[in-house]
Amino acid sequence: MKSIALGQYYPAQSILHRTDPRMKIILTVLYIVCSFLSKNILSFGLLLLSSLLLVAAGRIPLKIVLRGLRPVLIVLAFTAILNIFWTKGDHLLFGWQFVQIYAEGLYAAVFMMIRITTLIIGTSMLLTYTTTPIALTDALEDLLSPLKKLHVPVHEFAMMMTIALRFIPLLVEETDKIMTAQKARGVDFSTGSLMDRAKALIPVLIPLFVSAFNRAGDLATAMECRCYHGGEGRTRMHVLKLRGADFIPFILVVALGGALVALNLAGIGYTMK
Amino acid sequence: MRQEPFIKAEQLSYRYEEEEGGSPVLHDLSLEIQEGEFVAVLGHNGSGKSTLAKLLNMILIPTRGKLFVAGKDLTDENMTEEELLALRKNIGMVFQNPDNQLVATIVEDDVAFGPENLGVAPEEIRERVNRVLGEVGMLEYAKHEPHRLSGGQKQRIAIAGILAMLPNCIVFDESTAMLDPVGRREVMDAILRLNREKHITIVMITHYMEEAALADRIIVLDEGHVILDGTPSYVFEQEALLKSCGLNIPQCTELIHRLREAGISLPGDCVSPEQCAEMILQSLNLSK
Repeated sequence: MKSIALGQYYPAQSILHRTDPRMKIILTVLYIVCSFLSKNILSFGLLLLSSLLLVAAGRIPLKIVLRGLRPVLIVLAFTAILNIFWTKGDHLLFGWQFVQIYAEGLYAAVFMMIRITTLIIGTSMLLTYTTTPIALTDALEDLLSPLKKLHVPVHEFAMMMTIALRFIPLLVEETDKIMTAQKARGVDFSTGSLMDRAKALIPVLIPLFVSAFNRAGDLATAMECRCYHGGEGRTRMHVLKLRGADFIPFILVVALGGALVALNLAGIGYTMK
Repeated sequence: MRQEPFIKAEQLSYRYEEEEGGSPVLHDLSLEIQEGEFVAVLGHNGSGKSTLAKLLNMILIPTRGKLFVAGKDLTDENMTEEELLALRKNIGMVFQNPDNQLVATIVEDDVAFGPENLGVAPEEIRERVNRVLGEVGMLEYAKHEPHRLSGGQKQRIAIAGILAMLPNCIVFDESTAMLDPVGRREVMDAILRLNREKHITIVMITHYMEEAALADRIIVLDEGHVILDGTPSYVFEQEALLKSCGLNIPQCTELIHRLREAGISLPGDCVSPEQCAEMILQSLNLSK
């Protein structure tokens, strides 16, 4: 249980790992926009190529990235099937009773699959694989700090995130301990109906909650003892600084967007509406 | 000329609100602790020793009586936020459970937490973090995650987090109680070094006699007031009184006491196993 990994951070030395996390959040948003800009086979081709380039830039083995796609395989398959059977067009390829497959449907299916795949590869390469959860929290706090003027408790949210990240491994370990203790007393977690198994979890959840509240109380006292008094007047050891190099990926992604729009103009094959 | 005591309590009382009518946790407690002293506070469960600790940095406010820390009156109701922060910066506190006092997911970020709250400039925080991690011998773990460290290591990180605020006094509230013997020794070594080398005032709340024996002075609490106050050798002489409030003396001291009762002459004081061995050896050499 000690080896629990938070998020999917993959430690490596790469341009993407070094990029300022705030810039990476902005890039992620831009990349999502890019994936929706693509309309035809050329621009989708470029989009797919760009996501592969991202994987290379992050120096993360393709195998690991593909494994990360496994959970969305069902979504991908579902989208493909929907698009193949339900898209109507001019070029009928196959027709039998109510099953009608058009060339446009096949195109749409492939395009949608590329869009979803690049969306996931893009966001995970820019954020989850190359940024530690804590850097992400800091970056979010910094990016959202203008909202403080509107009395949005940005610092407090970031603090809650940090503490949650700190305590997840502890609570996992504790759950493990309590489950072992209850098993030793004869609680059966693995057999019986779903209802029985859910009920068996109650003697785990109650001690877990009690201990979580105790921990929260202790931590609050310890934080007070260390002069915590909210975000006001607080400084940071790590100051995020945008370097000139951080703008290079920005320019590249904007250029990608431009290129996608330009390629859309070439009237080749099927163009998505 | 006598120096003004660093901590001074006069007729201090504290009662938890939810226990109206019940007896107060502390009543009429008076004590003085000088700057640079290493004081152990002993007492069995419910003797009020942890409550005393929480009064010292105003996590709790005394119900009655006076409490002065570094000349400041903590019962003053007009205390400002700045004064409160200055007090908490000055008196650091290390608690029992190491897991429940570390805030950040990376060791060095956690150590930086205190100075960050105090608004210290980033370059200085960096410098302090490296220095205090070195002082507790944890510099090589700066980038580690706390949940992968041992109890003793985590507790040393907690100490470093307090040291980074540059306190004059550190209160240890049973900080070794959840540690294994190795972790306990690591933490005790760190505490002793802080007192000897950096002259930080130490108030160590404990129920381990062997640890209390290392202090300059021991204060024994029972039912919310001081019943014994003196050097370890003086306090451990009062075996009957200690036992009446549920405390034992260190095994080595007890052995010497029993040998004396058996009629063997053993001059001197004994608070550590080394002293005990020395005394027995001397007595054996004499009788040869």
